[in-house]
Amino acid sequence: MSILIKNGRVIDPANKIDAVLDILIENKKIAIVADDIKSQADTIIDATGRIVVPGIVDMHVHLREPGREDKETVATGTSAAAKGGVTTVLAMPNTNPAVDCIEVIELLKEIIREGAKVNVLICGTITKGRMGKELSDIAALKKNGAYAISDDGCSVDSDVLMLEAFKKARQSAILTICHCEDKKLSGKGVINLGFNSTRLGLRGISNESEYNRVARDVELAEKANAAVHIAHISCRESVEIIARAKRKGIKVTCETAPHYFSLTDDALLGYDTNMKMNPPLRSPEDLEAIKQGLKDGTIDAIASDHAPHTENEKDIEFERAEFGKIGLESGVSVSIMELIDKKVLNWIELVEKIALNPAKILGINKGTLSVGADGDLVIVDADKEFVLEKKNIVSKSKNSPFIGRTVKGLVEYTICNGKVVYKI
Amino acid sequence: MLWTRKDLLGLEYLTPEEIGLILETAESFKEVSTREIKKVPALRGKTAVNLFYEPSTRTRVSFEVAAKRLSADVINIATETSSVRKGETLIDTGKNIQALKADIIIIRHNCSGAANMLASVLDISVVNAGDGWHEHPTQALLDMFTLKEKLGKIKGLNVAIVGDIAHSRVARSNIWGLTKLGANVTVCAPEMLLPVGIEKTGVKTSSNIDEVLKNTDAVNVLRMQFERDECAAFPEQLDYYKKFGITEERLTKVKKDIVVMHPGPINRGIEMSSGVADGKNSVILDQVTNGIAVRMAVLFLVAQAREAKI
Amino acid sequence: MKEKAKILDREAINRSVMRIAHEIIEKNKGTADLCVVGIRNRGVYIARRLAECIKKIEGAGIPAGALDITLYRDDLALASGQPLVRKTEIDFDINDKKLILVDDVLYTGRTIRAALDALIDFGRPKSIQLAVLVDRGHRELPIRADFVGKNIPTSKQEIVEVHLEESDGNDEVLIVGKE
Repeated sequence: MSILIKNGRVIDPANKIDAVLDILIENKKIAIVADDIKSQADTIIDATGRIVVPGIVDMHVHLREPGREDKETVATGTSAAAKGGVTTVLAMPNTNPAVDCIEVIELLKEIIREGAKVNVLICGTITKGRMGKELSDIAALKKNGAYAISDDGCSVDSDVLMLEAFKKARQSAILTICHCEDKKLSGKGVINLGFNSTRLGLRGISNESEYNRVARDVELAEKANAAVHIAHISCRESVEIIARAKRKGIKVTCETAPHYFSLTDDALLGYDTNMKMNPPLRSPEDLEAIKQGLKDGTIDAIASDHAPHTENEKDIEFERAEFGKIGLESGVSVSIMELIDKKVLNWIELVEKIALNPAKILGINKGTLSVGADGDLVIVDADKEFVLEKKNIVSKSKNSPFIGRTVKGLVEYTICNGKVVYKI
Repeated sequence: MLWTRKDLLGLEYLTPEEIGLILETAESFKEVSTREIKKVPALRGKTAVNLFYEPSTRTRVSFEVAAKRLSADVINIATETSSVRKGETLIDTGKNIQALKADIIIIRHNCSGAANMLASVLDISVVNAGDGWHEHPTQALLDMFTLKEKLGKIKGLNVAIVGDIAHSRVARSNIWGLTKLGANVTVCAPEMLLPVGIEKTGVKTSSNIDEVLKNTDAVNVLRMQFERDECAAFPEQLDYYKKFGITEERLTKVKKDIVVMHPGPINRGIEMSSGVADGKNSVILDQVTNGIAVRMAVLFLVAQAREAKI
Repeated sequence: MKEKAKILDREAINRSVMRIAHEIIEKNKGTADLCVVGIRNRGVYIARRLAECIKKIEGAGIPAGALDITLYRDDLALASGQPLVRKTEIDFDINDKKLILVDDVLYTGRTIRAALDALIDFGRPKSIQLAVLVDRGHRELPIRADFVGKNIPTSKQEIVEVHLEESDGNDEVLIVGKE
């Protein structure tokens, strides 16, 4: 089984390549990257005028299985991933049951073997049941295949317990991903605290509720000399704290999501529950700071925080609707529109954020088109404009904040482990 | 000037001309309630549904009287005893009411944005009778109508709104309406009850009631709800009364003909003294009377606009 | 719209109003219990002019009111453009009065039907008589005027425009032909 991709503009930041080249994938691996490859292949794809990038590594995805198969399953979620050019996802552990022990990991592995269309990496919980009371057996999680630990959706409130978690994570050489939110400050808030929350008469969530916890987690990670990855940062102060920590040499990385550099809390003015997410859409100043953080390298990665919810959970009163929105299928288009077209990042830099850096953070042999790397790549028509329509959504849930928007950049082929898993 | 909206959801997005039209139309309707036969056939054959998710007597009754004086049939749905209790969603309830061929839903809901949500999925008219902390447009309209009636104009008036601004839909609607019509508005509350960025609406803020009242033509006093968590800073209601209560003593130091309003129901001895509530400056009962005319105007206009579109 | 033909000028209108005033007094044998109510907008001005004429003739003033029939219209739903609701101002008791209802043009009769409904809500006059400046025919209801300034045969395609000093700056009645 071999695939030859001809004449695409190949972007591979690991090898500093941005050139029109051919790529041959053989035996599930990148075999040759060169000018004008003369080789017989089972499949030949003409990628003239197209962008060829390593498969996207999305380190923040909720696949909802096991437990909430009505929202999403591994099968439907990874189909959505394939459509969005995502070849590797890190599945968040806030399932039911939560991924806090070997039994659930084994169950999840079985589900993945059966249904996954792309690579699914497992993330375990920091604490049992994500309750913030008692640590999971972090060493066992790691040993049985977890790539990271996170209580995503919650932050571990106890400083003592969190410090302990960082220490255990370091001993097991596993990454800790922190959802940074001080619930004492965010309380019953549902949107960004500001003039818009006042106009809409909704309870606000302050920047402080996020960055206070970012500061704490960075400090505890430093104390434990552990690696920490801060999930979905949304506000200016978080960027500043992480920039300072990086200058200090603390092992901190972070991600943001496409909605934080494309939408502000103005999007809430019609009470659209698909715009309700946590952390919330912030102010224009925060959006600018996120873009700046991407540009100057403070923000390492872009992840979707794909959070499917059924229409029953969204088509209700705003305050009662679930937080979260889907994003696997729209991420690359929104990133091209907001970052490439607006000259925030060049292609090399964008591919670092969506593929190379997340792969490095997770310690996997992906995110690059180096010879010998896993045969994951995506072919994108970067100039193609189209309208994101609800009827075209593959994910089981349809809660996209971008429905009805004209975006740019269409995934034409997704190749995962040397196999075409999606083509237009 | 034409009214083209099938719904009335709030005053934030109305133009000054639209607000003016409602107030003008209400003037005509006020006369109807002075007749021996207080009824006109304008909405004969139309059905208005009062869908109230929060207990409210005065607003519901006011809408009911308004609709009946327009000859509409009125149905009251008390959510405690309806299918809503069985878990029916707001949208389903709305669609069922629409399927009954009702023409107008008047909704009161404790969630901000509930009226907007209903209006976006229904073809029939939706009138917001108060949603969460968001808006209570007819209350603000009747407040402005009363002000105009008592002081002859709105433009240039100095109006103070006193009380829990942060959690008040009455305050928000009044702020939008009054600023659009050119009044100078000051909101006065303990710091923690002033919502973030409120000055961006064009109002001044203050926490000194005596200072604010000095130059004020009218003061709108909000109901304090001490049962809210957010009011925990005032465990002592007397403390609030001392610092912000409108008393006869305070009124001796201000314009003699200051107009005192309250959306009701009044907490006597908390927001204002009984003497002020029943005194010569109080227009609280005029507000109730004017509420009928304003709501008649709103019901008439939205029903007309919807007819025009069909 | 094409040509306009002037049917009545200022003098003709004045003469018509004066004649109707005389007829009203004659038919009602004086001004006792008499009152006039004009239908908004232009009926109100004609009603006031009638009241003035009657005062000139008899020396006794009679009360004049204004009636807005918007809320009683049977075509509210069909109205092209939105009817503006204006004030009704009848600040006298109409019970047992001989009430002269006044409008500028009598056409289908539907406005008068609405006005009668409205008046009945205000009380029970002894009688209601109808005075109009122009009767252009094409009745759709069994209604006729008691006092008419001028009968003008028209086609349904034509429009009768009444201009009055109070609202339009000059007095004239025109027929506008549609193409």
